[in-house]
Amino acid sequence: MADKILEIKNLDITFTTTAGPVHAIRGVNIDLERGETVAVVGESGSGKSVVMKTAMGILAGNAVINKGEIIFRYKEDDGSTHEVDILKKDKKWIRKNINGRKVSMIFQDPMTSLDPTMTIGKQLMEGMIMHMGLNRQQAAERAVHLLDEVGITDPAKRMKQYPHQLSGGMRQRVVIAIAISCNPDLLICDEPTTALDVTIQAKILELIKRLQADHGISVIYITHDLGVVAKVADYVNVMYAGKIVEVGNIEEIFYDPKHPYTWGLLSAMPDLETDDSRLYTIPGSPPNLLHEVKGDAFAPRNQFALKVDSLVEPPMFKVSETHSAATWLLDPRAPKVEMPEELKKRIVRMLKEAKQDAGEL
Amino acid sequence: MSKKKNAAFSYEENTYVPTAEDFVLDLNQDITTDRNYASQGFWKGVFTRFFKNARAVIGLVIIVLIIIFALIGPGLNHYGYSNIVSVVDEETGKEITARSMPPHIPALHKLFTGEDYDDLFAEHTFIFGTDSMGRDLWTRVWYGARVSLLIAFVTIFIDMIVGMSFGLISGFFGGMADNIMQRFVEIANSIPRLVIVGVLATFMTKGIGLVIVALLLTEWIGMSKIARAEMFKIKGQEYIMASRTLGAGNARIIFKDVLPNTIGPIITQMMFSIPTAIFTEAFLSFVGVGIMLPQCSVGSLIEDGFNNITTLPYQILPPILVLAFLMLAFNFVGDGLREALAPRIEDM
Amino acid sequence: MGRYIIKRVIMAVVTLFIITFLLFLLVRIMPGNPFPSERMSDEAIAKKRAEMGLDDPILVQFGNYIAQIVKSGSFGKGSSLYNGAPISSVLPKAMGNSFRIGGIAICFGVFMGLVLGIAAALNRGKFWDVFCTVLSIVGVCIPSYVFMIFLQYFFAYKVTIFPFYFNNRNFLISAIMPALSLSLFSMSTVARFTRNEMVEVMDSDYVLLAESKGMYGTKLTTRHVLRNALIPIVTVIAPLIVDLLTGALVVEKIYGINGIGKLMVDAITGEGIDYNYVLALGILYSALYIGIMLVLDIVYCLLDPRIRVAGNKKKKKKETGTPAAREEAVQA
Repeated sequence: MADKILEIKNLDITFTTTAGPVHAIRGVNIDLERGETVAVVGESGSGKSVVMKTAMGILAGNAVINKGEIIFRYKEDDGSTHEVDILKKDKKWIRKNINGRKVSMIFQDPMTSLDPTMTIGKQLMEGMIMHMGLNRQQAAERAVHLLDEVGITDPAKRMKQYPHQLSGGMRQRVVIAIAISCNPDLLICDEPTTALDVTIQAKILELIKRLQADHGISVIYITHDLGVVAKVADYVNVMYAGKIVEVGNIEEIFYDPKHPYTWGLLSAMPDLETDDSRLYTIPGSPPNLLHEVKGDAFAPRNQFALKVDSLVEPPMFKVSETHSAATWLLDPRAPKVEMPEELKKRIVRMLKEAKQDAGEL
Repeated sequence: MSKKKNAAFSYEENTYVPTAEDFVLDLNQDITTDRNYASQGFWKGVFTRFFKNARAVIGLVIIVLIIIFALIGPGLNHYGYSNIVSVVDEETGKEITARSMPPHIPALHKLFTGEDYDDLFAEHTFIFGTDSMGRDLWTRVWYGARVSLLIAFVTIFIDMIVGMSFGLISGFFGGMADNIMQRFVEIANSIPRLVIVGVLATFMTKGIGLVIVALLLTEWIGMSKIARAEMFKIKGQEYIMASRTLGAGNARIIFKDVLPNTIGPIITQMMFSIPTAIFTEAFLSFVGVGIMLPQCSVGSLIEDGFNNITTLPYQILPPILVLAFLMLAFNFVGDGLREALAPRIEDM
Repeated sequence: MGRYIIKRVIMAVVTLFIITFLLFLLVRIMPGNPFPSERMSDEAIAKKRAEMGLDDPILVQFGNYIAQIVKSGSFGKGSSLYNGAPISSVLPKAMGNSFRIGGIAICFGVFMGLVLGIAAALNRGKFWDVFCTVLSIVGVCIPSYVFMIFLQYFFAYKVTIFPFYFNNRNFLISAIMPALSLSLFSMSTVARFTRNEMVEVMDSDYVLLAESKGMYGTKLTTRHVLRNALIPIVTVIAPLIVDLLTGALVVEKIYGINGIGKLMVDAITGEGIDYNYVLALGILYSALYIGIMLVLDIVYCLLDPRIRVAGNKKKKKKETGTPAAREEAVQA
């Protein structure tokens, strides 16, 4: 169990904006074991991307890190193991030693994440020349090989093309090729399929899964799509208003959720067999973090809110070794509250489907 | 990681210890109303954001002050903008004009020296002094400011009537009509304003009229481009389609559905075209094509000052300051409006 | 690409032709009298009109005018300026003066603007950024001629470092002040535009991707930021040149430079308006303007691979003219 590649501990970040300080990350803990896949799920604006950008050292200039640690463990080529706190290193060191080399990132929108004035080949070779010490010739050969590996046809020709000549799915494949070009240990995928067509989404997910298996990479997915989570993740962190509110392995989160917010997320998943004619949505909107949150940030949208929710923020209650949730409903003094009837039925259905799938395999 | 000057924020720990009574369902709360975004009307938001912006408020205050002075300034004394002030010297019986006098304020003079002026104009107040002809500069500067403000209003008119309609129509009908109208804009846009002024000067009398016609011919182009682009952007949106399927006519769609949603960029563009126009007038008057004596505008006053700069350098300051403050104020207000109409959440 | 350039060139020529015709039409048929009527008898005017062909149909007149320009490069004679010397003998010298000073001004302004803008973007919130903001406010709010007057007053009158008037024999030293004052506006505009463009590119996804690849420092700036940020700057240069054309008018008046701006002012503010000069200068100004726009448009296409490779369809929308349009571009 000891081989944690990444440990984010009690991360707390504020952004200084013209409107005032925005307390966007309010104490986040995320662990990732080597070789596993963790998903961070939450609504837009919950701070999922900010956490991962912090881990990459590419945070915007107006961000202030109040406290926390991001411990990253890696092996150098000579076999020595290192343990660093990313937050204590300067940008230059992170760029040289971590970015691209040990940790890579895939961004949400492939239409904007490639430099429009540079050819695909150049963008792909850049990192390899810098980190792996290859010459142009070697880098170009490896680049062609990588493009081929991520499923791009006619890679030699693509090398000379500009991003605008490629489709969205193609571009995302190029971004993935760039990400894995220097054999990283950790791959962070920031909503890698959100901007793509549904048909291409599945292919990209499969590609990432395959590369993960082939190269032994640990992966973090940032997403708001529980469908994606179900397909790829081993562990799930549910994030709300700059805090992790529930964490557990995939079965625990999908079949035995404890936090009302997770209930809401699961209920809001589109499903063919829901009886209701309307799709459930969580009422209201996430809090404005310009104003400091008192008590549980989710309380104003929570139909099961307790009086205590508006007074004190709930701590993490442990449910099992791997599963915990931050809700006062788990406190022994709390009244017994069950998840909504509709969601229960849905979970039973999901379980049945999962069994069938397993049976078919 | 973060810049060193950014001090970390510290947030208070909540030390309240919950008691058993706190653990009951809070059934009073209403989760169906969204308190984050509800009850904030668009214009109310614009209003609050605008008045929170210090620069915008400063700009607005300056504009209001200049308008007030332009309205009452020339009336504060009896000189009139074109009258040459003179007194009759009782000893010699000659008429002496108040030519090229530095600022001359009896009240202040008395306050600091304890004496009255002992010159012939002891009773006269010239706050900014007089020009080389003997006219009161205070009166002339505020009269000139009136001209600039008139230009500002003319610009608003040109922008709103000519530019906006042209752009909206061109954008709305698209296709052939748009093509023809855009060729027209292209040609109109390829004639420098200076050339238009030159050609106009061949058959028009020089003066404020010529300046206004020149503005009328050139100033609408910028606005028409913005209006057209906005129209294209909005035309494609579903609610216009919905309105059309419900049977709304062109006029209704343009004025009821599109116009209210384009108002932001249009107002912003207008605020920025005002200083351009004021500047154009001042520039033309400075060169000698604009306003003609004995009338004056800020531009012609600057020219007067420039002609006498080596002997009477103080003369040039008041009109320059008025012009600079006008430009500054309109730009500040324009910036403020743009930010208030389309707030941008800073990148996180 | 080639086809696109040819199309643009043809369009420019057609536009110039239409404008020439419009100007000709306006100058010739609008009410107004090219001759000082108080000093000439009716018969003399009639004789002069016939001599100059002013009684022919307008199209014939226009045809003759164009033929005359194309054949001999002659724009006719001025009626009052320079004692009626042929315009084509006066223009080259005036153009030489104006272009040299204008050229220095725009090069200096754009260069300094770029340097300042880049310095500001790389040091966000620090000294150069504040300096850049202040400069752009000053540049927008204070008309360049006010700046010129002050420069002249302090550095040529109060302290005589530079000559008060421009002097062709002493070109370099006497051109410094006019060029400097003329460049203020271009400098502030380019500085602000560069800064905003750089900041936008630095916040873009592709720079984030480059950073997450491990690029940093000068390599990141030159390879990914500068290249993307500088291409759109070509689009602000056109309005700057227009501003320069008008600015030249004032600068030539203030520093006593015999350039085309002064010629234009003399032609329209003189006692009798010089029709031929107004027409000739109008065509010259329009041709200059259209030519510059054409060149910049082509340069832009050559620089941006999205247009260069995609061919002629996706011409990026260009903004011109007012500061507001520039603002829009900055905000977009």
